[in-house]
Amino acid sequence: MKLYEYQGKKLFQSYDIPIPSGRIIETPRGLTKLPLPCAIKSQVLMGGRGKAGGIKFATTHREARQAIKQLLGVTFRGHRVKKLLVEQKIDIQREYYLSILLDRESRCPLLIFSPSGGINIEEVPEDKITMIKINPFLGIQRHQLRNNIFIDKDHKKKLIPIIYNLYRLFRENDCELAESNPLALVNGEMIAIDSKIVIDDASLYRHDLSVSGEELTDLEKEAQAKNISFIQLEGSIGIIANGAGLTMATLDALNEYGGKGGIFLDLGGTDDPEKVKEAFILMKKAHPKVILLNLFGGMTKCDTVAKGVKSIIRSEGINCPVVARIKGMNEEDAKIILKDHVITTTTLTDAAQKTSELGE
Amino acid sequence: MSIFIDEARVVVQGATGHQGRFHIKAMQDFGTEIVAGVTPGKEGKKVHGVPIYSTVDQALQEGANTSLVLVPAPFAKDAIIEALDAGISTIIIITEHIPCHDAMDFFHYGVYKGARLIGPNSPGIASPGKAKIGILPNNIFREGSVGVVSRSGTLTYEIVNELSENGIGQTTCIGLGGDSIIGTTFIDALNAFERDSDTRAIVLIGEIGGTAEEQAAKYITTHVEKPVYVYIAGRTAPSGKRMGHAGAIISRGKGTAQSKIQAFEEAQAKIAYFPNEIPKLIKQDGIL
Repeated sequence: MKLYEYQGKKLFQSYDIPIPSGRIIETPRGLTKLPLPCAIKSQVLMGGRGKAGGIKFATTHREARQAIKQLLGVTFRGHRVKKLLVEQKIDIQREYYLSILLDRESRCPLLIFSPSGGINIEEVPEDKITMIKINPFLGIQRHQLRNNIFIDKDHKKKLIPIIYNLYRLFRENDCELAESNPLALVNGEMIAIDSKIVIDDASLYRHDLSVSGEELTDLEKEAQAKNISFIQLEGSIGIIANGAGLTMATLDALNEYGGKGGIFLDLGGTDDPEKVKEAFILMKKAHPKVILLNLFGGMTKCDTVAKGVKSIIRSEGINCPVVARIKGMNEEDAKIILKDHVITTTTLTDAAQKTSELGE
Repeated sequence: MSIFIDEARVVVQGATGHQGRFHIKAMQDFGTEIVAGVTPGKEGKKVHGVPIYSTVDQALQEGANTSLVLVPAPFAKDAIIEALDAGISTIIIITEHIPCHDAMDFFHYGVYKGARLIGPNSPGIASPGKAKIGILPNNIFREGSVGVVSRSGTLTYEIVNELSENGIGQTTCIGLGGDSIIGTTFIDALNAFERDSDTRAIVLIGEIGGTAEEQAAKYITTHVEKPVYVYIAGRTAPSGKRMGHAGAIISRGKGTAQSKIQAFEEAQAKIAYFPNEIPKLIKQDGIL
């Protein structure tokens, strides 16, 4: 789960990482005592926010109010601005980049530091970026910072406690990523001007965080609450399969025949009729042109799922055509059960072709 | 020979729940030696004739050397560390949704203890005719000479079933798990299959997310003589969306199917674009 900038900054503050003074604004009413000059920052979970026009600056109350009215409620690439963070604008002497992420290859926290941070961090050449692998049992060792980070001595003195604090934050909050870009030098002090924090979804049960969930569509949120893996894509074909890998393979096969997947629904390893029913109800709400059901019965019995599907098609009034590719345990029985209700096929290629034609 | 699970005497952690009971029976039917189960507080019970203990230490008296972890995610780290401390040398972790920081901790502890960890979020490992440790379906396998390694569950079943129906049997099929932090990697499996004299060809099933496939492709170029057949899932997956598996996400431009396919092409592996193309490619080469 991604945190909003203001949520991330609150977390920074509780780990003694300095942030600019500011406040959250949700309505254009009662705007007095704004810090001036100020930066007015849209709270949206997307990259390139500044470049898209989501950040404005003001030197007077009048300008600030105008900017706030302009930004509240605006939508940037599908992200609606519901909150603004209004902060004291500060004169930055220098911008650094600092982050810690979970490195899949080494299975270690990886500290990344660059003496030139800011909006174009992707363009900084690799030899200007310091990467330090941290042993999760030992934590950051002094020599790692001593021997790898080369900036002005006084500035480094300010940086080092921030690095230790960020690491503590990273570990204690199950972060996949904890980033400050830029981490700015202001009057000899280090201040986190922006925050980007991603918390591991699997760990949310042990953290007391208000869920942002803004990355998800309404239907995706509904699915999440029901523990169903459901993703909305650009196309108009609904895909239901069991298992993430098989669902991805189905999406790919469809694409080979020109069909565009619109909904990715992974049933997982279940034949529980209730779950199958919930899956179809969600799918119906997304209004697919055609549904492709790709079922491999390993431990799950095809006929059990087929019975569930049949009763749902009847009771829920699924009106669009359903192409079913059924393979595995009791597949023949399953095909007999479904023959009057869906178009049955045996191979994935056949199913993908038929579905693509129907989806045009 | 099977890779990773030869001579395995299995203790099932999380043995008395619905899943535990069901899969103990299925594994016994496959020929696996299940010697003990562990569920704290359930000592003295039996599940399909398997004695249940409260601790892994107690289960050692049955000669257990391999553990299958079925315990729920919040308790998985503790269960795995307990098994490592008891001296269990191979741990297969089926549990899904284990926090990444927990996985990072028990992975490094496993390295320190010299143990092999497979998973988390793995369907398990199976050697047809010998043993199966995990939740893979029994009826899809066939004895033979192809090694299969994959990050997925059902997609693996699909491909293994397709191989078996085409008369192509398997030495060992191993599911590495769909999470971003996993113990055993493609490279570990490639290395084991390359050394296994019964294995004559390798099927590798990858997916979007991370760079494990790119590393594997590099490894193939320098270390693997046996032919490798590859399928990569997620060619049409959009960037930034987690496609069902926690680890299946393209982030910051890294982890695309295109990059992985290109790496395997450079390593001269054969690429399948549909799951059912793999048996055809193997047959075309006439190597078995």
